[in-house]
Amino acid sequence: MTRVDLGNQKLTKMTKVLTDARSIRIKGRSFLALVLSPELPLDWWLGRLDDLAARSAGFFLGRPVVLDVADLEIDRPQLKSLLDELGKRNVRVMGIEGGRPSLFEPGMPPAMKGGRPAPDFEVPEDEPAGESPKTGKGKPAAPVAPQEVQPARTTASIIVKEPVRSGQSIIFPEGDVTVVGSVASGAEIIAGGSVHIYGTLRGRALAGSVGNASARIFCRRLEAELLAIDGVYKTAEDMAPNLRGQAVQLWLEGDSIMAERLN
Amino acid sequence: MAKVVVVTSGKGGVGKTTSTAALGAALAQRNEKTVVVDFDVGLRNLDLVMGAERRVVYDIVNVIQGDAKLPQALIRDKRLETLFLLPASQTRDKDALTPEGVERVMDELKKHFDWIICDSPAGIERGATLAMRHADVAVIVTNPEVSSVRDSDRIIGLLDSKTERAERGDRVEKHLLLTRYDAARAERGDMLKVDDVLEILSIPLIGIVPESAEVLKASNLGAPVTLADSRSAPAIAYLDAARRLAGETLPITIPGEKRGLFGKIFGRRAA
Repeated sequence: MTRVDLGNQKLTKMTKVLTDARSIRIKGRSFLALVLSPELPLDWWLGRLDDLAARSAGFFLGRPVVLDVADLEIDRPQLKSLLDELGKRNVRVMGIEGGRPSLFEPGMPPAMKGGRPAPDFEVPEDEPAGESPKTGKGKPAAPVAPQEVQPARTTASIIVKEPVRSGQSIIFPEGDVTVVGSVASGAEIIAGGSVHIYGTLRGRALAGSVGNASARIFCRRLEAELLAIDGVYKTAEDMAPNLRGQAVQLWLEGDSIMAERLN
Repeated sequence: MAKVVVVTSGKGGVGKTTSTAALGAALAQRNEKTVVVDFDVGLRNLDLVMGAERRVVYDIVNVIQGDAKLPQALIRDKRLETLFLLPASQTRDKDALTPEGVERVMDELKKHFDWIICDSPAGIERGATLAMRHADVAVIVTNPEVSSVRDSDRIIGLLDSKTERAERGDRVEKHLLLTRYDAARAERGDMLKVDDVLEILSIPLIGIVPESAEVLKASNLGAPVTLADSRSAPAIAYLDAARRLAGETLPITIPGEKRGLFGKIFGRRAA
């Protein structure tokens, strides 16, 4: 008797764990960051940064800052001391853009890529006139208040013209991803919008990753390992077997993924 | 102009070393100066397959670390005077390979050889990425089964991103070499068919090497398949693949397509 109970308990526990895992949602979100592009010599550039901070106190407080080091010829110790210097000035660097992998070490802000340009940011000055405090060459900074922002949304979609290979991920939170080719087993497409695959989908497709329940997944041939829309997912095991190998579209209704053959 | 070829696969045991030796010997037989380079530091095998294991004095790690000059480490084949081997070290590990050192060795090899065939270790770590780093051409060795195909796909992705050519915005020319192919088993559905593999990997096919006892026999003899018995089925497949590598256009034959009456009946019943 007792043994049976134990077994049952175990079973309910297992089901519970499974349902819990199902409800976790992973989303993306985009923020505007100020971009600082230091120039050599660094002492001189830091001096100019101090000038700027003196003119508008608390300018960097609470603002995410990304360091653009693409055009900067420095090595790891120099980058480390630059980060320390910025830290002393209360400039918190959330990421580093354009750095070679060899520049990084554990504990440094993460490497960032795929940033979209936004308009230059005007630094509010306490003193009128004076030379314009340029922090870099034409690239720095972006407005902070969302209503001022006119994000340079040149494209809300990207087109991948080659097969997506195992181990590769295409991450595009801004909009739709179209793949002209197949997505291999072990590859993944993560799109803020819909995912369109003009080939066989063997890997994973995650649509509406930034919280878009109306995003859809389309593919010419469904062999996927995992499908997700707005955080709701289905593994290959849960998919109806009659959809395998078919041209399919998938969308979200409430908390369940619906599928239909395309013909 | 020297051409650097990497023989790679991701997965182990699919026939990289056998293929390196066979293709190297086949190219050298065309009277083109060829060197086969073992990148599998710590688990070297190319010396055995080439039958040169008793003549290794210096290796690639010695050259990289400056303990020996490149000509001292190169071993000339006893059968073909256009064929050379640069062995790997068995007592070290992959960390002994440095990007700068490998670049120096490759630059020097390019001055002396028409073909540099790099035998990549399995995996996607340092040894494998350094082996593919300077390649102009990649031969992706794949067995007709799902895990090998997926690993090959991963390697193709790396060839498009981690090589010197890819970083220049150029492309590495990629060729699929299907090895250990057994037509009867593919017909029965135990193995992937040629078309399935091509559909998944979508790169051009350079040859299909049939599963054969000849391959094992040759490597135990210490002879590249193409030298051991140049009329065996795998040797013919490798010789043709080498010709395609050198730019010739030849139709590809799927081994074992011509089945006898018994095979036909059996094949149909199984399907």
